[in-house]
Amino acid sequence: MAEFEPVLLRRILKNASPSLEAYRADGGYRALDKALAMSPADVTKAVVDSKLRGRGGAGFPCGVKWTFLPKDHPGPIYLCVNADESEPCTFNNRILMHQDPHQVLEGMIIASYAIRAQVAYLYIRYEYGDATRAMQQAIDEAYAAGLLGKNILGKQGFDLDVYIHRGAGAYICGEETGLIESLEGKRAWPRIKPPFPAVEGAFRKPTIVNNIETLACVTHILDRGPEWFKSMGTPADPANPRDAGSYGPKLYCISGHVNKPCCVELPLGVTARELIDKHGGGVWKGRKAKAIVPGGISMGFLTADEIDTKLDFGSLGPFTKNGCLGLGTAAVTVIDEETSMVDVLYNICRFFEHESCGQCTPCREGTGWMLKIVDRIRKGLGRAEDLNILEEVGHQIGIMPGTTICGLADGAGWPVKQAIRKFRAEFESYIKSGKKTHTLQLVAAH
Amino acid sequence: MAPASHPSGDKRFKILDVTMKRHLYQHDALIEVLHKAQELFGFLELDVLLYVARGLKLPPSRVYGVATFYHLFSLKPQGEHTCVVCMGTACFVKGADRLLAAIEQQAGIKAGQTTPNGKLSVMTARCIGACGIAPAVVFDGVTAGQQTPETVQQQLKGWL
Repeated sequence: MAEFEPVLLRRILKNASPSLEAYRADGGYRALDKALAMSPADVTKAVVDSKLRGRGGAGFPCGVKWTFLPKDHPGPIYLCVNADESEPCTFNNRILMHQDPHQVLEGMIIASYAIRAQVAYLYIRYEYGDATRAMQQAIDEAYAAGLLGKNILGKQGFDLDVYIHRGAGAYICGEETGLIESLEGKRAWPRIKPPFPAVEGAFRKPTIVNNIETLACVTHILDRGPEWFKSMGTPADPANPRDAGSYGPKLYCISGHVNKPCCVELPLGVTARELIDKHGGGVWKGRKAKAIVPGGISMGFLTADEIDTKLDFGSLGPFTKNGCLGLGTAAVTVIDEETSMVDVLYNICRFFEHESCGQCTPCREGTGWMLKIVDRIRKGLGRAEDLNILEEVGHQIGIMPGTTICGLADGAGWPVKQAIRKFRAEFESYIKSGKKTHTLQLVAAH
Repeated sequence: MAPASHPSGDKRFKILDVTMKRHLYQHDALIEVLHKAQELFGFLELDVLLYVARGLKLPPSRVYGVATFYHLFSLKPQGEHTCVVCMGTACFVKGADRLLAAIEQQAGIKAGQTTPNGKLSVMTARCIGACGIAPAVVFDGVTAGQQTPETVQQQLKGWL
């Protein structure tokens, strides 16, 4: 296979200036010209044909989502851009927004043209101040150059205004209906679906919510065509009707116990081993990996034996052998052999207990129970039956068992179920030995 | 009609008025207005929340609900300096708990508290998206990576 040439990070890797002028000199906004020469329906069709799947975590086909909008709606239709990147270990959107904001903005303008939106909201988490400033600067430049505002690039009737909306620190704002609630100035309590946001979203109008990286991909699909996009990645498995294929480039974040934590761009379908050894510089201190988080902590764990698993939408999932929840955000975290899985699980449970929005009882209480039980085990007071209780709680919360509104609880239960299934012996011996690890004071949410 | 400004005559309420006016007193501007209020006052006193509720014509329960829902808003006064330890998984497996223990020991307070002299607030955060430089600590809004118990204690020395 020929050496892969980065697409999304092309300008960032050569340290190109984030200014509009430099972006244009590198062929920027060529894709927008091409899109404006097409009809909105044709732009949508190009994205559908490219089989681009959402990069935010769920992997829903992006173009198909756009087709869910009601036909001939009088408007307004909104585009919401999800830059509330909160999944632990994920930092690719931050890089995209901070260092190449026009690439993202171009994707937003193209998407708005395709879905006929006249207002786009960019929801950025508060912690990303530098990325917010870079995006605002890009938006100002775009207004001055006629890329935003009325009759964009002379195209009659195509108006677009972009507003940045800052978050205020809540993981749940990454859930699309939670994000919409937060945009409306409320607590980010996810809404019951249906109606899906494409039918009734922000301010009760049709709304499309897309991730930053997805929109950056849209820019390149319009520039170089769907066939080019499909030439990268893993094709769909014909024997598996559930697999829609994993095409295109993806930003993989590598962190944890590796020598060189970084963010690299590779075609979908790279194995965890290649990612860690070739791009992450191997596991640190010459140790071995014990567990690998494949895509943000809510996805579960891969064991050292599963290190040759391909990281794409088809190879990770509830129905695959590894049983992970999915590809998620493709944020790979390596945990070395010297780290206790009890501590790791405690950290994960504490995160979800803190971030559960409190709307659905099974999630609000279940995440708290799981934390208390893991904390008890960690303090050396675990009981043999605790593991079964943890598994049972993990099974009972979430969309899949049908007890909650959004997927946060699935993501909270999954790593617990996976840790106990894959590392049961370690938990059992920990409980039997009555071992204690250093415990932190539990930090209460204020 | 814009409500009359705050009876205390505090100039900061005037600035808050301008912010609310710029957002046309829209309900969806609540989070942005609270950001501004926290910037101005350092924390969200009940009096400020009531003022915002009146300005935006929202029930106080709604304003209080939003202010307590989002982790960034603080209803208690903060110290002169802040130190936020990231507890994301990548930072945690690289020893964030040891950093926090060192800080708590040095400052003599627990996470979520402020020193009695009001100099320093110690907080923890969920993942701040700085996993590439884990473990990370944010000192007064500036993210510092690859921290050790020694480097954080060095940093805090002048602040206590």
